[in-house]
Amino acid sequence: MKNQDKKNGIKAPIGGLGAGGNGAVSRRSFLQSSALAGGGMLLSFGWFTSANAAEKMEVLNLPEQQWSELAAYIKVTPDNVVKILCPNPEFGQNVMTSLPMMVAEELDCDWKDVVVEMSTHDNVKYGSQFTGGSNSVRMYWKPLRNAGAAARQMLIEAAAQTWGVSVSEITTKAGVLSHSSGKSAKYGEMASKAATLAVPKEVKLKAPKDFSIVSHSKKNTEGVKVVTGKPLFGMDYKVDGMLIAMIQHPPAFGMKLKSFDATAAKKMPGIKDIFSFKLYDDGFVQGGFDTSTFNEMIAIVGKTTWEVMNARKKLNAQWEAAGDVKVTMNGRGGKQEVTVPGRLETTANQMEMMAQYAQKPAQLLRKDGDPETAFKNAAQIIERTYNAPFLAHNTMEPMNFFAHVQEDKALVAGPLQAPGWMEPTLAKILNLPADKIEIQMTRMGGGFGRRAYGSYVYEAARISQKMKAPIKLIYTREDDMTYGIYRPMYTATYRAALDANKNLIGFHVKGGGIPENPVHANRFPAGAVDNYLAEGWEIPSNVTIGAFRAPRSNFNAAAEQSFLDEVAEAMGKDPIAFRLDLLKRAKENPVGKNNDYDASRYIGVLELLKEKSGWGKPENAGKKRGVAAYFCHASYAGHVVDMVMRDGQPYVEQVTSAVDCGVVVNPDAARNMVQGAVVDGIGQSFYGALTHKEGVPEQSNFHNYRMIRMNEAPKKIDVHFVQNEIDPTGLGEPPFPPVFGAVANALFQTTGKRYYNQPFKVEIEKIKS
Amino acid sequence: MAKYNLKINGKTQQVDVDPSTPMLWVLRDHLNLVGTKFGCGMAQCGACTVHLDGNAVRSCSLPVSVVGKGAITTIEGLSAEATHPLQKAWLEHDVAQCGYCQSGQIMSATALLKNNPKPTDADIDAAMSGNICRCGTYLRIKEAIKAVSPLTLRGSDPNGGKK
Repeated sequence: MKNQDKKNGIKAPIGGLGAGGNGAVSRRSFLQSSALAGGGMLLSFGWFTSANAAEKMEVLNLPEQQWSELAAYIKVTPDNVVKILCPNPEFGQNVMTSLPMMVAEELDCDWKDVVVEMSTHDNVKYGSQFTGGSNSVRMYWKPLRNAGAAARQMLIEAAAQTWGVSVSEITTKAGVLSHSSGKSAKYGEMASKAATLAVPKEVKLKAPKDFSIVSHSKKNTEGVKVVTGKPLFGMDYKVDGMLIAMIQHPPAFGMKLKSFDATAAKKMPGIKDIFSFKLYDDGFVQGGFDTSTFNEMIAIVGKTTWEVMNARKKLNAQWEAAGDVKVTMNGRGGKQEVTVPGRLETTANQMEMMAQYAQKPAQLLRKDGDPETAFKNAAQIIERTYNAPFLAHNTMEPMNFFAHVQEDKALVAGPLQAPGWMEPTLAKILNLPADKIEIQMTRMGGGFGRRAYGSYVYEAARISQKMKAPIKLIYTREDDMTYGIYRPMYTATYRAALDANKNLIGFHVKGGGIPENPVHANRFPAGAVDNYLAEGWEIPSNVTIGAFRAPRSNFNAAAEQSFLDEVAEAMGKDPIAFRLDLLKRAKENPVGKNNDYDASRYIGVLELLKEKSGWGKPENAGKKRGVAAYFCHASYAGHVVDMVMRDGQPYVEQVTSAVDCGVVVNPDAARNMVQGAVVDGIGQSFYGALTHKEGVPEQSNFHNYRMIRMNEAPKKIDVHFVQNEIDPTGLGEPPFPPVFGAVANALFQTTGKRYYNQPFKVEIEKIKS
Repeated sequence: MAKYNLKINGKTQQVDVDPSTPMLWVLRDHLNLVGTKFGCGMAQCGACTVHLDGNAVRSCSLPVSVVGKGAITTIEGLSAEATHPLQKAWLEHDVAQCGYCQSGQIMSATALLKNNPKPTDADIDAAMSGNICRCGTYLRIKEAIKAVSPLTLRGSDPNGGKK
């Protein structure tokens, strides 16, 4: 792998969602940064867009000086190959294709001429380069199109000067510049001249109706590499002289290293060293994404993976209770001392603790009207409690990272959702200036939120620093599953007050979790009910948690959408009609001011879902169907799940999905993502659970952590998008949460019983026996 | 340590490794064939699937010492430029999301079609349920397999359709 030769040293401040947050990179900042020196060598990973892979491989090997950089993200060769840099790391959400499509659209080039490459990590030049929060397309929608349009304008200007004609007389199409006189030139012919021109201050973007690349399905630009097994992932990263490292972490949450004897292990073949190290120095102030599950671990370093695995088995380590640990965090709430409790948790006790906390007074999150009186006067109160376990992300590629730390600089490379978030801490723990640390972004074998927390990057860096050698840290599946950053454990109690005429007059949600409260107080049905109360509570824990595909929503949608189903039933209403009635109220005469959602878009999704699923149609009368719809991040999604019993077991047979995510950039890939979210949601709701015994995770690999497999996936998933011209609002997460609710509601239709506790499979077995 | 002459993708390659070393790590660490992926290390996820004499095996649980004269085929051995019908079908159906499991999926599917050129949905479920896809691309995997006709498969098999 070649390092980039030059890099500007300025770094954007990192905070919250990264530089500038949502919609971040202003046109101004990209125009300025495009005038900076070239992006350096970009040979670490190459990408091909079509089947003529070999040809394109040649192109990518061209020396850097043959590429003319027109604006950040775009380079063109004299023979018309357009290289588009993808700023954000790819973890399966299709950004390596969809983001370049946005550039190519405004550049007006031929998609066949495009090659795509991962950009270097440079938050000044490329924006916050963060994959998560269903944000990539949203965040780059304007900046990338601006870049494409600016480059196009520069090419036109270059042609105008060359031909001595007016800019206004030149048109572009599929990478060709044409003048009314009959003169024409390919972009490549004008590229070197265009690169010397000033970047335009103003550009005009196309209207969605004029798109010829965006909203037209394009194949995955990395498809060929994926199906031929080319090195793509962090796990595949290799340099000469690289050592393999693994870490041994304490066996239980709440334990720490007492002592260890590595005498036997060090004698094993291929072993270079075994030592303990601290992740953070004493007194270190942790940033919001600096997790510290365990602060002291043992590193085993050797020549090959198998040798390290074998030596690790010979390690003789003693562990002891860590007790309460004080850490200083500097996260969203500012700098604060946090006490991480030392108790060794067991799932039954966690459940008991949650049930106790649920009875205590909680933090008021929102109150509309007079809910107390509404519930006092109610003719009927429906109260239900929902529970969900910790979930392990279980990305197919376990955590890993490459690090080569030298005296005056460091190179780290691997799978990471938000490199910029890790960089400040990396600089601190290595005692190097941030501009001496290069981060290379590899394709990720899944993320789902897990790779937003890069303590494994720090671990790799620490180990490389000690070894004075390039190393690749690899987690085994067991490490990955038992040393995780889990989806928290949640519970919520919902209450609905009905008057004598079965009108919904009050709504109350009180939710909590270990260690996080899940409640989104300003989401539906807030805004649709006169008397509304939302409360939350939290139980601190030493089990480390973090974002998991649609954080909190992935629980709330299950609980709330199941509850609404039951309320609709009690009111004698159709579940879709009931939701539409509430949303109509929220649209026409909303309660309160801070309602997060747009009731019109929510209604649109439900109506599309109703139409496409044939909801309530006589031909579907015999089907066992469940419905749910949810808003999260900035998009709207709903599903109708059709369930059947086979061999005494419920299976999801078919799913109809409706989504409003604004303009759909790459429709076929978007359908793939929604289908995947549906399968993921079915799998997590049926089987997902990480339980504890005395702090020890009881699941460690796929033999005891069940994942959905092909035979359990639906036979058909029909995906429909609301057609509109709203700027994209994100898709990676929104289709996922409502799957849980739709599955729960279909289970009721299929089995006649309501399911309140995930994973449903365990509950089904319990109810059966 | 011991020396092994392994037949991999039609070429004989020598490695000097501990006899217990799984083929997965022989391929990845010693022969730079990284298309075969590490997922679980206990034959539960299928990411490491390769062919041993045409049959799908989990290379994470296959010690190098038992391979003997057996012919190993990895994803790199199907074709380097995605000309194998299953690779083409994978591209045509735009199957991959993160892509990490897909080489194992393709190797399982290739072995299935070799023995059963026109599998039913149930056959595909049975043959493919050992391969986990965390992104949930199962429907597309199934469609891609079904799109490969017996004729195209025979024409482009790296072994010329011979068993």
